[in-house]
Amino acid sequence: MQALSEFQESTRAWLEQNCPESMRTPMVQEEIVWGGRNASFANPDSELWLQRMADKGWTCPGWPAEFGGGGLDKEQAIILSEELARINARPALTSFGISMLGPVLLEYASHQQKMEFIPKIVCGEIRWCQGYSEPGAGSDLASLGTKAELQGDYYLINGSKVWTSYADQADWIFCLVRTDSEVPKHSGISFILFDMDSEGVSTKPIQLISGSSPFCETFFDDVKVPAGNLVGRLNEGWTIAKRLLQHERTMISSFGLSASGQSDRGGTTSSVASLEGAAMHYRGDTEKLSDPVLRDQIAQFKIDSEAFAFTSQRSVEESKKGQGPNATSSMLKNYGCELNKRRYELLLRAIGSQGLGWEGEGFSDEELQLTREWLRSKANSIEGGTSEIQLNVIAKRVLGLPDMLSMSKK
Amino acid sequence: MALVLNEDQQLLKDSAKSFCQQNAPVSMLRKLRDSKDSDGFDRQLWQQMIDLGWAGMAIPEAYGGFDFGYGGLGVVLEETGRTLVSSPLISTVLLAATAINELGSEQQKQELLTKIVIGELLVALALDERTSHAPSHISTTAKQSGDGFILNGSKTFVLDGHVAQKLIVVARTSGTIDSEQGISLFIVDSNVEGVNCQRSWMVDNRNSANIQFTDVKVGADALLGELDKGFSGLDKTLDVARIGIAAEMLGSMQAVFDSILEYLKQREQFGVLIGSFQGLQHRAAEMYSEIELCKSTVRAALAALDDADKSQEEIASLASVAKAKLCDVMMLVSNEGIQMHGGMGMTDEFDVGFFIKRARVAQQFLGDATFHRDRYATLNKF
Repeated sequence: MQALSEFQESTRAWLEQNCPESMRTPMVQEEIVWGGRNASFANPDSELWLQRMADKGWTCPGWPAEFGGGGLDKEQAIILSEELARINARPALTSFGISMLGPVLLEYASHQQKMEFIPKIVCGEIRWCQGYSEPGAGSDLASLGTKAELQGDYYLINGSKVWTSYADQADWIFCLVRTDSEVPKHSGISFILFDMDSEGVSTKPIQLISGSSPFCETFFDDVKVPAGNLVGRLNEGWTIAKRLLQHERTMISSFGLSASGQSDRGGTTSSVASLEGAAMHYRGDTEKLSDPVLRDQIAQFKIDSEAFAFTSQRSVEESKKGQGPNATSSMLKNYGCELNKRRYELLLRAIGSQGLGWEGEGFSDEELQLTREWLRSKANSIEGGTSEIQLNVIAKRVLGLPDMLSMSKK
Repeated sequence: MALVLNEDQQLLKDSAKSFCQQNAPVSMLRKLRDSKDSDGFDRQLWQQMIDLGWAGMAIPEAYGGFDFGYGGLGVVLEETGRTLVSSPLISTVLLAATAINELGSEQQKQELLTKIVIGELLVALALDERTSHAPSHISTTAKQSGDGFILNGSKTFVLDGHVAQKLIVVARTSGTIDSEQGISLFIVDSNVEGVNCQRSWMVDNRNSANIQFTDVKVGADALLGELDKGFSGLDKTLDVARIGIAAEMLGSMQAVFDSILEYLKQREQFGVLIGSFQGLQHRAAEMYSEIELCKSTVRAALAALDDADKSQEEIASLASVAKAKLCDVMMLVSNEGIQMHGGMGMTDEFDVGFFIKRARVAQQFLGDATFHRDRYATLNKF
């Protein structure tokens, strides 16, 4: 206990000294730091903040110091996150390397691979993208067909991926490939890492209903990848793939968490900072929201959000002893995404026609952004495994219900 | 805030669970119903619960209790909910003892709480006057007369009203009919002249009463709490009880869900287990998620009751979160409990019917989901 309170004191003091003032303000979309070879810093303080945090390994507080991580134990990591929250510090670095790849490398990669890849995730030197879905392999991810053939000391990769988030801006990809087509589909998949600058890699952004293009199609045409870049054992990549999905689901479920705070759209300000605030503002209500049905629905939403936040917190407390995310990550992912979608539908109703603008003078930037965020939120229950897939996982892994596929094959 | 049980709470929960399953299974409630038991609960079982210390769980040691906190009482209530135990735990302990502890004078606490802990006294709270919960809507009057008061009015849905030796009567001493100001609480012996109690048989087989007060004379010492200013303590009492009822519902919904899962894994149709059908799997998975949220919410609310740093406003908001959420999910799970068991679920022989009956009473009791969403919105200023 003594040591912990000392840690808290020194952490608080360090943050006071080292977190720039502008990094204690709500995050704005353009200033999110993704790192990478072509990193850009719209706000110079972001770069400074990243450097200072990365030097201490605090972009990845719980990872071993040996690989550049913070080397903190669970209690210390909790204190750090509380202290960061206390001063409203922005995340120094946002990356799929941190939220998805790093944890599975720590679990499955060779020592040499860890030494090579993990420090660069910690300091944001390399930006990663995820090569999972394919045009013919969505919910049935294991039916993927991108091929990797061993040719001496390298793999030759051919095929294509889709919904690759930010592939056009990423430096490296972690990719699921088929290394054996003769065996049942789950048993011939491997997990491999390669440079997006390799010859034969090309990307094409996909325009979404929200008007933006965060996802890409990614093509591999005779891409040569050193054999040493395969992670874990050959043909046993599905285990790693599933584990990574659990981390991904945990990450996505946090979209639902932001719904539980008083500021429903943390990062933005003014009239749409909270659902009920927006609803009252646009109606000119002062004491009580005048639409009783909307008021009831907002209350129900906020109650569900509070219950969800307690559940996320409980799952953290329960995993203190355990091994991190498990099948309950599917429950949190599913619930969090559905909550986030509900939040945007309610925001639209709260704001009315001003929340439905597409462009032009009649709308504030904030209102126009809301329209797009609402549309973007529809992907929450598709990416990282659809809600239906999450419910399948819960039924099978948590509730132990019989597998419909194996039953129907009988 | 700890949302996982500590070791002591876990031990208590385990022992409460095995006690209820061995000594108070659902078949006991069935027996009370079939025999039209005049008490509506089993006195011998109640004595055993007293011996286990359940009545003194949240009562301070100074008044004979065990100071184990609401976290302790909560896990006991959860387990009694699992087997639908009918006992004075809710009326006498959760409601009346809390009211006395919140509002009572030192003398009242010494006299009444010590008796409740050892099972010598049953007390009921006479609050509601309308068919839906509205705790500040009080038209029962208490008029000052000499040194004491004269009570007139009628109360409904008084849990265990017909077996209680004493009643805590919520009455108006001033103010208009919906005003929180002007509400006072009185402790009234149930056998005095002018108290007319009529037992009502509710669908959940527990006991409730309609009570008429006609020129009931009480002394000045009957006043519980301050004159005209009883509402705040009453509201705090109700919040404790709402959270307690949520804990009870948590146990009930888990029992129904366990039964559903068991049935899905054993019932065959079309040559396969029905649990392999995706239509049923997804509904089960959604119920599971909702019940997990309920668990966390109940734990958070109970922990808040034991946390001296929490303000009454924070507790009020959490109580409404817990009651509203648990009511919604109880509705879902009790309905699915019937549907997923098919025709079996409709039979009296099968236990799930007892759960849907208790569910609706528990949902209505101390405010349903809409009541608490409205209250939550008001508390959170929208």
